[in-house]
Amino acid sequence: MTLIPSAARSALLAQAQQRILITDGAFGTEIQQRRLTEADYAGSLGLTKDQKGNNDILALTKPDVPEAIHRAYFEAGADIAETNTFSANRISQADYGAEHLVREINLASAQLARKVADAFEAKDGRPRFVAGAIGPTNKTLSLSPDVNDPGYREIDWDFLVDVYHEQAAALVEGGADFILVETVFDTLNAKAAIMAVKQLERELGREVPLMLSMTLTDLSGRNLSGHTVEAFWYAVRHANPVTIGLNCSFGATQLRPHVRTLSAITDAMIMVYPNAGLPNELGQYDEGPDETAGYVSEWAAAGQVNVLGGCCGSTPAHIAAIARSAQGLPPRTLPELPVETRLAGLEPFIMAA
Amino acid sequence: MTSQSAARFVNVGERTNVTGSAAFKKLILADDYAKAVEVARQQVENGAQVIDVNMDEGLLDAVYAMTTFLKLIAAEPDIARVPVMIDSSKWDVIEAGLKCVSGKPIVNSISMKEGEDAFLTQARKCMDYGAAVVVMAFDEQGQADTKQRKIEICERAYTLLTGIGFPPEDIIFDPNVFAVATGIEEHNNYAVDFIEAVREIRQRCPHVHFSGGLSNLSFSFRGNEPVRRAMHSIFLYHAIPAGLDMAIVNAGQLDVYDTIDPKLREACEDVILNRDPGATDRLITLAESYKGTDAKAQKEAEEWRGWEVVRRIEHALVKGIDAHIVDDTEEARQSIAAAGGRPIEVIEGPLMDGMNTVGDLFGSGKMFLPQVVKSARVMKKAVAHLIPFIEAEKEEGARAKGRIVMATVKGDVHDIGKNIVGVVLQCNGYEVIDLGVMVPWSKIIETAQTEQVDMIGLSGLITPSLDEMVTVAEEMQRAGMTMPLLIGGATTSKVHTALRIDPAYEGPVIHVLDASRAVGVASQLLSDTQRDGFVEATAKEYQHVRDVRAGKDQSVLLSLADARDNSFKADFSDKPMPPEQPGLHSFPDWPLADLVECFDWTPFFRAWELAGVFPAILDDPVVGESARSLYADARAMLDTIVAEKWFTAKGVAGFWPCAREDDDVLLHLEGDVPPLRLPFLRQQIRKSRDRANYCLADFIDPDGDWIGGFAVGIHGIEPHLERFRAGHDDYSDILLKALADRFAEAFAERLHQHVRTTLWGYAPGEQLTNEALIKEQYRGIRPAPGYPACPDHSLKPILFNLLDAEARAGLTLTESFAMLPTSAVSGFYFAHPQAEYFGVARIGRDQLADYAARRGIEESKAERWVRPNLD
Repeated sequence: MTLIPSAARSALLAQAQQRILITDGAFGTEIQQRRLTEADYAGSLGLTKDQKGNNDILALTKPDVPEAIHRAYFEAGADIAETNTFSANRISQADYGAEHLVREINLASAQLARKVADAFEAKDGRPRFVAGAIGPTNKTLSLSPDVNDPGYREIDWDFLVDVYHEQAAALVEGGADFILVETVFDTLNAKAAIMAVKQLERELGREVPLMLSMTLTDLSGRNLSGHTVEAFWYAVRHANPVTIGLNCSFGATQLRPHVRTLSAITDAMIMVYPNAGLPNELGQYDEGPDETAGYVSEWAAAGQVNVLGGCCGSTPAHIAAIARSAQGLPPRTLPELPVETRLAGLEPFIMAA
Repeated sequence: MTSQSAARFVNVGERTNVTGSAAFKKLILADDYAKAVEVARQQVENGAQVIDVNMDEGLLDAVYAMTTFLKLIAAEPDIARVPVMIDSSKWDVIEAGLKCVSGKPIVNSISMKEGEDAFLTQARKCMDYGAAVVVMAFDEQGQADTKQRKIEICERAYTLLTGIGFPPEDIIFDPNVFAVATGIEEHNNYAVDFIEAVREIRQRCPHVHFSGGLSNLSFSFRGNEPVRRAMHSIFLYHAIPAGLDMAIVNAGQLDVYDTIDPKLREACEDVILNRDPGATDRLITLAESYKGTDAKAQKEAEEWRGWEVVRRIEHALVKGIDAHIVDDTEEARQSIAAAGGRPIEVIEGPLMDGMNTVGDLFGSGKMFLPQVVKSARVMKKAVAHLIPFIEAEKEEGARAKGRIVMATVKGDVHDIGKNIVGVVLQCNGYEVIDLGVMVPWSKIIETAQTEQVDMIGLSGLITPSLDEMVTVAEEMQRAGMTMPLLIGGATTSKVHTALRIDPAYEGPVIHVLDASRAVGVASQLLSDTQRDGFVEATAKEYQHVRDVRAGKDQSVLLSLADARDNSFKADFSDKPMPPEQPGLHSFPDWPLADLVECFDWTPFFRAWELAGVFPAILDDPVVGESARSLYADARAMLDTIVAEKWFTAKGVAGFWPCAREDDDVLLHLEGDVPPLRLPFLRQQIRKSRDRANYCLADFIDPDGDWIGGFAVGIHGIEPHLERFRAGHDDYSDILLKALADRFAEAFAERLHQHVRTTLWGYAPGEQLTNEALIKEQYRGIRPAPGYPACPDHSLKPILFNLLDAEARAGLTLTESFAMLPTSAVSGFYFAHPQAEYFGVARIGRDQLADYAARRGIEESKAERWVRPNLD
């Protein structure tokens, strides 16, 4: 069966040939600043558990908050809005007793982002995109939570595919252009997300392009499941993602060598959105907008990235600074890679083909 | 960026494959995944670039085994770093595996065997999971044999796959390597067909890879490793340029093309390239001369005799060649005497120099145990020749570095390991007083005191010996001794030594892991400068083991009641029929030649501390040379044993009606006697998912069933051992004992087969190769008392009574239930199709109390018998 190709994919690629694109920044820290109360979060949903901290549910209970944040990031110069749905999956929402609202939250969040994106596009004619954000859940397919039983797993593949499928379907239905699988700490979780989106594509009869973003948990450049950036790329290359990259993890300075490695071996677009430095003892991010912008624009100057943005601790001011500093810098051209067989364990293994 | 350099030829590790490795299969069947994971680790450490995992075995829940194993190795970064090849003929096993493997694996394999639709469905799934795939040259008509069929099938598969967007570089074709030189004319061109097909497919199907199983090619030359190795190398020499770039092969199985004897190379090349119709016959003729030899070694053999005498002695020691040693020693003695020297200088000079070289090579892992033992034989012969001259001079012999008394403890008769350690120590200049086997503590201590030894070494194989070692330690303490106590033997461990033996004795207690460590330990203990540090470090290490053990909350055991609730529920609609021939059956003299045919060689090499699976071990890059030479010696000795009938294989088997009662099996014996109770132990470790807590009684129907038993022994070894001892030939002594053990095991295997097909007769049509026998691919099990499924050795007296084993097989038991003669096997027969081996592992005190009551003995007595399993 042939899938209808995604127009958003070609549009994004066309834009990326002309300039470095900008994605948005943090939602969590932005929402925190607004000092919302339990009543703001809970709204009139009548849920039995406290909702304070359930940022994703604001799409249903206080939609003006995420809407204002999307607007602020577009105003700062973003081309892409990431939906406020990092935890809007059945596993994470169960902590708030809101797992039955997964579809509604994602649908509303995507619609919201779509509305703001379309409004900005209508104003100046520059295409804006919506990436439906899918977090890793707090469960892992590759690791045992029980140190005495390394073969034990809390969840299995089929269950997780189902969880991701539910979320992705609602995001696409609400108008997301891409599915952004972000903060991947477990490569196998990401593979399950890919499987879910492939199923969704077949059900819809059209392409749903993926954006994949790994998070590093140690400075040697591996995620929690132990994969190096190269191994991660080879493990997910079958997704044919529109972008691949890194987010969260550390600040930009710590990511530098790994961005360079990934850029050299990847024929998809590279998207990197680091934290605003490392948190201080109080858990706050001190790195100022110009500092962050200075670091990430070095990658742009070196031709290593296509899309830049921010993660934890970044603000619209950071995004504006990044957009300014990336302006006029040449976009990364996708390398032509030799045909090789790229296999991976935790580390890459290549055979000449 | 070295990790980014592309491999041109890939070695796929083959050991984590139940169809290829009997050892791995045993571990998986025994649910011993911890050890199975170690197999994977070794494989990666030894250079496998990809590891093949295969769990296709009738007795296994392959989905469970595959997913369990893959999840476990995912937790091991030094294994998980390489890609996995998920190997199964069943798609559901492959897919279950794909759901557990991150990274990008290889699926092995899919084919068009069941048509295009199934093939493409599976290929699409592989794409969705992100896996490369091995495609067998197999279609609806069958496996491709000719060049044309190989090309047709692969090209058709390629077109189909690329048609659905499958990346061509992720396709690996396996166009089937078949055996050549089989004597069947149609087979002569198989290698050419393969190579030419690969070349052609590579042209037609850009970017694909090719893989093949090499061992098939040389199947006709089984047992002739030099020829097989040459064939594989020559095949690769021609197939790699054609495009073969991946093989499930042991890298050590390959020779460098240029170094292959040109005569052999040409003959192999003629066969592989099918140059003329006479090629096969020529290779077969030539192959004879390579049997058990190595071309290179032969050439060297002639050269060294021309060297000067000191170098010849060193060569003889390093190579373990004793043929000329007496002459050479005499020559050296005469030349030293002519220069005014004394006979002792031959020992202190060339002989010790040679042994030092041996010691260095062994210590650095470049020589292996069988070679060292052979070297010792050479040394002993040389020394024996010199002794009369030295005595004539009334001079003292070479001063020993230290004096050690060694013994296999009371109740135990196993001494192969102890003898090996003794030889290694002697080689290194220590004086060893060997007290032999079944030595009571009193004799050990008395000898140690009167001979003023520097240390005591204890050995034992069976689990009751562990307790006996504690007793020796306690008695040493009581006697106020302070000398070091060395502990060794297959069931001993650092943990047991630290937990049980070390606290019993204030002097230094050292667990010696294997013979290669013995010299290091002894020399440190006797060194003025190193002793204190070493003793202190070891004591600290053992204290640490105890601390960790104390703080470690081991997984909780189920109560016995809960474990029984989770017992294995066998399907008794499928229980075995009553035996065709009930009662006892004696076999006073089973033909030896018949037993040789079903030898399992792998444990033989293990006894010599050579790790690896037979026959692959013969080509191991590290120990292969050593293993080949040992194997050649063993085969030669076997021929003599059989021809001159050194041994008598006596055995007995019997069957009894019975019924299960809880964890006991009640045997209904003839005559007016109450039923005989056979109590078994049950697993109490908490099981994951739906695995049962097994007990052997679970395989017996409470409503009436049958159970069997057997005992076999190998008689007649003593006079030969005495002869070897008299000839200072430890090598042959150990070799003969190891072979006797193989005879006993082979007899147990053969008798079991006879029981299945004839005596009990529940599997009359069974047709199994020796390989399949070793892999235990048959219905029914034969667990032995003292082994994991039935760990209590003290069931042996009951079994021996039932079998009348002393009268019928000449077998007796020591007080620790070791069997005499030493090479013996006994056990029970369970014939239920679901019967399988397992390990009882740890049990709780509740089961101990229950077990003691069922056995009708005191708890303290039962505790001694099952202590190694006690929580």
